[in-house]
Amino acid sequence: MHDKTLTELSEGLAAKQFSARELTEHYLARIEQLDADLNAFVTVTAEQALAQADVADARRAGGDATPLTGIPIAHKDIFCTTGVRTSCGSRMLDNFVSPYSATVVARLEDAGAVMLGKTNMDEFAMGSSNETSYYGPVRNPWNLECVPGGSSGGSAAAVAAGLCSGATGTDTGGSIRQPAALTGLTGLKPTYGRASRYGMIAFASSLDQAGTLTRSASDAAHLMQAMAGFDAHDSTSLDDAVPDYLAELDSPWEQLRIGVPENFFDEGLDAENAAAVRESLDVFERLGATIKPLQLAHVHLSVPVYYVVAPAEASSNLSRYDGVRFGHRADDVDDLIDLYQRTRAEGFGAEVKRRILTGTYVLSAGYFDAYYLQAQKVRQLIAGDFHRAFAEVDLVAGPTTPTPAFRIGQKVDDPIQMYLNDIYTIGANLAGLPAMSIPCGFVDGLPVGLQLIAPHLMEGRLLKAAHRFQRETDWHRRVPERYA
Amino acid sequence: MSTASEFRAVSLTPEDVNKLCALARLEIGPDEVADLSAKLSDIVRLVDELQAQDTDGVEPMAHPLERPQRLRPDAVSETDARDLYQANAPRVEQGLYLVPKVIE
Repeated sequence: MHDKTLTELSEGLAAKQFSARELTEHYLARIEQLDADLNAFVTVTAEQALAQADVADARRAGGDATPLTGIPIAHKDIFCTTGVRTSCGSRMLDNFVSPYSATVVARLEDAGAVMLGKTNMDEFAMGSSNETSYYGPVRNPWNLECVPGGSSGGSAAAVAAGLCSGATGTDTGGSIRQPAALTGLTGLKPTYGRASRYGMIAFASSLDQAGTLTRSASDAAHLMQAMAGFDAHDSTSLDDAVPDYLAELDSPWEQLRIGVPENFFDEGLDAENAAAVRESLDVFERLGATIKPLQLAHVHLSVPVYYVVAPAEASSNLSRYDGVRFGHRADDVDDLIDLYQRTRAEGFGAEVKRRILTGTYVLSAGYFDAYYLQAQKVRQLIAGDFHRAFAEVDLVAGPTTPTPAFRIGQKVDDPIQMYLNDIYTIGANLAGLPAMSIPCGFVDGLPVGLQLIAPHLMEGRLLKAAHRFQRETDWHRRVPERYA
Repeated sequence: MSTASEFRAVSLTPEDVNKLCALARLEIGPDEVADLSAKLSDIVRLVDELQAQDTDGVEPMAHPLERPQRLRPDAVSETDARDLYQANAPRVEQGLYLVPKVIE
């Protein structure tokens, strides 16, 4: 059953080929049997999952089902889940049992989805390899010596290895799309504000967005349909109507104009990775799309802008971890300042500390205008480049990552090399645009991704383009031999 | 720290790092300072590329979709859940969060 897409499993449940309980037991057994190597899960909620599966079977029998009723999924451990530990990959929250659920979690639960557990991630979503987790690195199902990408690396590995049918993730600078590319999955980061951030532990609030890691665009449409929409609990939630993404998938095909930023194909991009991306553009051309080269004049400044804005917001967001109200607390302290300083020294890992200190630096007196304000101005220029491009094209396409998955340990001690993994993905976050990564080939046996970026709120166009591509190709149906 | 006009080839000294750690309320071991000042200097050099970009007349971004911040009515929407929230607190007594003595 684990080789099927979420969409196929939904059809199977509707046709009574298997029950939600059988499906849930199957995935729980696979997690039990296979996750020791992968380390994709931080917490497995077997009992609750089986109880939810029974409720789902009853709902299906009573004719009260949605397409997600009885579908076993996993949540990135950044989403708060009532009564279940929510660690955010950090020692700081190792003992935190959330008193409430994130809106995204609640909506999927309301639709009847079954939660199998919580997935491993880079600490506080800061990383591109899943090596910064307090719970240890996640391994890539395609090659256990390689990283799965990050920060949603546990979700990616779990879906790629068939330990769940789909998973939630979050994307602040590429944290859904980059692991999707590196594990052969379909990753969707929606428009900023499309899915609620309520109950999603904050990293960089002007960039963070919830999305999905799945086997296909159709699967992503199913999950997004439930996740998207206005939430009064999130002051940046968009109150625009949510289209019928599933209906859009197979709606009549228009002549798409696809813009390809030539500066995404510079010397930093692996040649075989580039070739796979170019070949996938040929597929779109055969489908009748027009491919148009374009320049995004300021996009090379995406990484510097991001490493001002994201750490600045993180240093502010993470000031709440003080050892007083929840989370880790240092023992035997001298006074209140000592409590704060030692709690934070013990609770945070090295990368989180670097980001807090970078943020503290760029926000400190006398530096704010030169760093944060200047970054927000350049961010406006980067967004302007995309808006001008979308006056002429319907989608922007290019590589998701510069290379396929790298080896565990290879970049962990060099933050700058690690940061450059997100060079192609950060632009969409800075401009608040919806973007996807879809599998488009292999380099040395490792999957690589094609990135598609759309104008604000055009998730439907993205999903439809990805769905059409996946009807012509089978890259997204490949599974690692070990997990077939 | 260097002044705002001296951005080129900036590097953070161990004193800078200690000052930042104090501001961020992070205790730092003496053996960590050298590595941290090297890595933070690399990061600051990376972001210094922004200084060369002309941004005259550009408004800093406030919201990527140019939407205003929404206001809600100032009405009670949550009921008291102190016991539930304090179940996660490291130390509480009679509904109060305990911290080390702050008044001598």
